[in-house]
Amino acid sequence: MKLNELTAHEIGELIKKGEVSSEEVTKSVFKRIEKVEKTINSFVTLIKDEALKQARLVDEKIRKKEKISPLAGVPIAIKDNMCIDGVLTTCSSKILENFKSPYDATVIKRLKENDLVFIGKTNMDEFAMGSSTENSAFKITHNPWNLETIPGGSSGGSAAAIASDEAILALGSDTGGSIRQPASLCGVVGLKPTYGRVSRYGLVAFASSLDQIGPLTKDIRDCALLMNLISGYDERDSTSCDYPVPDYTKSLINDIKEVRIGVPKEYFVKGMDEEVEKSVKDAIRLLEKLGAKIEEISLPHTEYAVAVYYLLATAEASSNLARYEGVKYGRRSQVAGHRSLIEMYEETRGEGFGDEVKRRIMLGTYALSAGYYDAYYLKAQKVRTLVKEDIDKAFEKCDCLITPTSPTPSFKIGEKIDDPLKMYLSDIFTISTNLAGIPGISIPCGFTKADLPIGLQILTKPFAEETILRVAHTYEQHTDWHKRKPRI
Amino acid sequence: MSKITKKDVEYVAKLARLKLSEKEKEKFTKQLDQILKYVDKLNELDTKKVKPTSHVLPLKNVFREDKIKKSLEVEKTLENAPEKARGFFKVPKVIE
Repeated sequence: MKLNELTAHEIGELIKKGEVSSEEVTKSVFKRIEKVEKTINSFVTLIKDEALKQARLVDEKIRKKEKISPLAGVPIAIKDNMCIDGVLTTCSSKILENFKSPYDATVIKRLKENDLVFIGKTNMDEFAMGSSTENSAFKITHNPWNLETIPGGSSGGSAAAIASDEAILALGSDTGGSIRQPASLCGVVGLKPTYGRVSRYGLVAFASSLDQIGPLTKDIRDCALLMNLISGYDERDSTSCDYPVPDYTKSLINDIKEVRIGVPKEYFVKGMDEEVEKSVKDAIRLLEKLGAKIEEISLPHTEYAVAVYYLLATAEASSNLARYEGVKYGRRSQVAGHRSLIEMYEETRGEGFGDEVKRRIMLGTYALSAGYYDAYYLKAQKVRTLVKEDIDKAFEKCDCLITPTSPTPSFKIGEKIDDPLKMYLSDIFTISTNLAGIPGISIPCGFTKADLPIGLQILTKPFAEETILRVAHTYEQHTDWHKRKPRI
Repeated sequence: MSKITKKDVEYVAKLARLKLSEKEKEKFTKQLDQILKYVDKLNELDTKKVKPTSHVLPLKNVFREDKIKKSLEVEKTLENAPEKARGFFKVPKVIE
């Protein structure tokens, strides 16, 4: 097996024991990138020289027998909406194509303190708005399992990089499913932590009440290790929680006896993909065999979640994206002779934003505008309460919920891009999680006959990530879906 | 019946400071109409007695001590500015 094909915990061990150097691992990752990146397009920016320099520094620390973290020297890819000092942060948007971050996001600062090696920034839907990564202004990322299909989105580049062994670890962000859905479609592990678990400082804001950073990894242990490093309170994010951070590797227990698992009937609807349904139901049967208590439950407001989300997320986005006006950073329209400041703003934003971003700014502005606020924005906030109450009630009798992550496996590039509503409905199973602020994971649970990955979603109570990791780890110990590699 | 007209789209674009082409206006009118018709399903629910959720955490105001700390240096702040002059951001004329 090549180094780049190993998991982060395997590599971390080898580096710690001095059996391989971080430089060797980093080189093997870049060798892989040089081979497959032309066909996959996971990255927007690669930082090979900086990565090798960083790797040699870690190797130096090991030679000097300095104390190092379990993931020291492991190469990691970062979604291009998180700031690394001195590196471009484009959000896959023309409006930020030359924006060089002047500081580190808190997650980056923490990973630097733990000596991880940054290899590059991954492609995404522009400003994280999309479910296929087709909304990138720069390139189309291909699903490593089938190059004609999408990798999911918006963290499609991070998921594709993990699936194709171009990176050992990756970070993504999840506003309505943007970590879990691409993880599902690319056959990797993706966790959206509880809202407030991970600092959002230095994450380019899309919808501030829903956004959360989380790991995309090759297995559950890697996910737990990365969570150990990025979780915790940050004074620079007033919505981050001062809540103790456990050692998440302690919850990797191969035992789920007496764990109460709820299966919401609204997530198994007529017309859903049969292969997805079968794989998820097989997984539930396996968990039952392993001792979990399975119970069918109901989340009656599920069908309203997509409508709630596309009003609230767009309203928040229309406000957050007001800052791109060509003054402090980013692109300024070069149309000659701006007669006024307002005209410059309008030209800059008209030129700089792509279709989906404009559509969402328009929808959000409309939902917040005088005369429509009560009918749309306030109404959606009220239904958000109902969606959240359903979930709170479910957790009175369940420890976690299990559902499919996505109603379908990956779909063809171009298939949904001209039909926004159809694309929005790809997020139907992931959105409620963000509306309720709870954590959720997607793990591989099977493949279709056409060899496309299928993902299982596990949801739990706020700050109970340990339950998710325990159930996911137990499932992983009894299956080998996560070990399959795409042929590229 | 349409939920939104081209005139509405032009008004909202103005509020959002977005310059749209004629083609974009036509397209967005159609697409936003479709989306607004879909979100209308929220009206199936009686929410008279429901309190809105703007945020999931029970956070009130989060205060910190009013201490002076180092901030980003002017030079670094201006590095990304499309136009600058004498330590300031430069913009087109604001007042006629």
